[in-house]
Amino acid sequence: MVKIQSVPNAVIHADERSQEVDHPSSQVARFGADQPLRLDCGVDLAPFQIAYQTYGELNAERSNAILICHALTADQHVANPHPVTGKPGWWENMVGRGLPLDIDRYFIICPNVIGGCMGSTGPASTNPATGKPWGLDFPVVTIPDMVRAQAMLLDRLGIDTLFCVVGGSMGGMQVLQWTVAYPGRVFSAMPTACSTRHSAQNIAFHELGRQAIMADPNWHQGRYAEHGTLPHRGLAVARMAAHITYLSDAALHRKFGRRMQDRDLPTFSFDADFQVESYLRYQGSSFVERFDANSYLYLTRAMDYFDIAADHHGVLAQAFRGIQTRFCVVSFTSDWLFPTSESRALVHALNASSARVSFAEIETDRGHDAFLLDVPEFFDISRAFLQSAAKARGLSAAGAS
Amino acid sequence: MTAQQQVLPLSPAGVRDGAHARGDHLLVAEMVAPGSKVLDVGCGDGDLLQLLEGRGIDGRGIELSREGVNRCVAKGLAVVQGDADTDLVNYPDDAFDYVILSQTLQATRQPKAVLENLLRIGRRAIVSFPNFGFWRMRLQLLIGGHMPRTENLPATWYDTPNIHFCTIKDFVQLCEAINVKMERAVALDHYGRPLRLIAPWWFWNMFGEQGVFLLSRAGKAK
Repeated sequence: MVKIQSVPNAVIHADERSQEVDHPSSQVARFGADQPLRLDCGVDLAPFQIAYQTYGELNAERSNAILICHALTADQHVANPHPVTGKPGWWENMVGRGLPLDIDRYFIICPNVIGGCMGSTGPASTNPATGKPWGLDFPVVTIPDMVRAQAMLLDRLGIDTLFCVVGGSMGGMQVLQWTVAYPGRVFSAMPTACSTRHSAQNIAFHELGRQAIMADPNWHQGRYAEHGTLPHRGLAVARMAAHITYLSDAALHRKFGRRMQDRDLPTFSFDADFQVESYLRYQGSSFVERFDANSYLYLTRAMDYFDIAADHHGVLAQAFRGIQTRFCVVSFTSDWLFPTSESRALVHALNASSARVSFAEIETDRGHDAFLLDVPEFFDISRAFLQSAAKARGLSAAGAS
Repeated sequence: MTAQQQVLPLSPAGVRDGAHARGDHLLVAEMVAPGSKVLDVGCGDGDLLQLLEGRGIDGRGIELSREGVNRCVAKGLAVVQGDADTDLVNYPDDAFDYVILSQTLQATRQPKAVLENLLRIGRRAIVSFPNFGFWRMRLQLLIGGHMPRTENLPATWYDTPNIHFCTIKDFVQLCEAINVKMERAVALDHYGRPLRLIAPWWFWNMFGEQGVFLLSRAGKAK
């Protein structure tokens, strides 16, 4: 009989994670019934909370704040060890002392998105009406909803204008939404490896991931917490499929080729003979440790619904009309999830609006994930763009004044 | 041909602040009114844009080569990767005070369409190009019997990106054909210095290594 091995069960830090959902180790801004978050689906979400991390100091003029918008499966732990996994922050090569997002010069804020599972209100949070996790009773949120919540956080922090909004992938979508919804509050913007709308192919990949989760019998219509289970297999498969889309053919070939995992000959089974299989299984199972399956459903849905032009009579340039924000758009040659053509369409719309825009396509074989990796050209461009914007903004070079 | 008489010598200030700038760049920068908004099409490494921004001009650029774009962006310039032949159509009318095409016209597939687009997007256009009527060019073809190559245009005929060379005379004829007004015209010698002010066109066409033209729409510009 052929040996069958599925994705290994993960060591799930269930306690740490459930702690982070309602009582995160990050700073938390709580909004009561008097300050509901008006969602695109028509629901007023209240009460709700936003968990966020900050780095550096806000200057006296309150003019040096940079908002980082995180991607689908990232969170607010940009440049500190992750409270659940203990791993380094996801952008430690970009954010820090002397790095492009220099914490000696800028005040950096990264909130967990609404719908997330690291402390901002989402489907894993406790529904105050029932005392149980929201699950699928949580209203469907959109990218504009996330940004609206972030704007409320900034109001709470007393920050009127952001020096810059930065983010890649789903974070880039939020950056663009910021410039469209609050153009006067965004001095500069760096949307990276993103698009003004989610493509049919990307929606298709998301649907694959959602179906994998919902097909897991442990999902229990999203009520897995009450059943004492977790749809870890479904979530792991969703992650494995998505992870392929974050890489590239060349990157996978360079990293793994057809090499075998701890063996010289095929086992004639469905065991993970190939290194690439082993790697994917690891990616799937480690993801399950730190991420909530329902949250994955909601956040992928938010990306699917994103379409700036549709909200502006089908004309993208209309969305950016008269905008004063300085843009730096970056794409990567081997990114097939958010290909350069999507960034180019954005740049054309910005040109048509006479916006001040820089656009660089960076050559790399590392795929969509390049914006998270060590790509020196990306760091150089980010640093130079921020420095020239800081000069235009009158920010002193020597940190908070 | 009244454009010739409007040529003004470079101001001493212009020479001073751009000690390392190219002669044609200084001349172009001199033609741009302070405080205006400029698009540099084919901006290369961004040297001209930097010169302009240093003078308080709001500059943007388009550059075909990815390396050039990334170098510009790394200098803090607002430059996008794009193609003069295909991407100018995406810019709205009157988006800029000046659109500059510096040493790029000869590398476009549709020079006439590009020139028309320059003057649609910008109220004025500044175009500089190598003059193929320059005496050294003529001599190489006449005596040497081979396609001309110079220090500024070192590529061989089979690997040059320059597919539409023209002479100053050719360019003037194109401007007249598409009803473009020449506000200023300057020919630069081998050292990037403007040629003497009063000279007949044939002299410029023979002794100018490059031509630099400030253009506007006939009948519309003030």
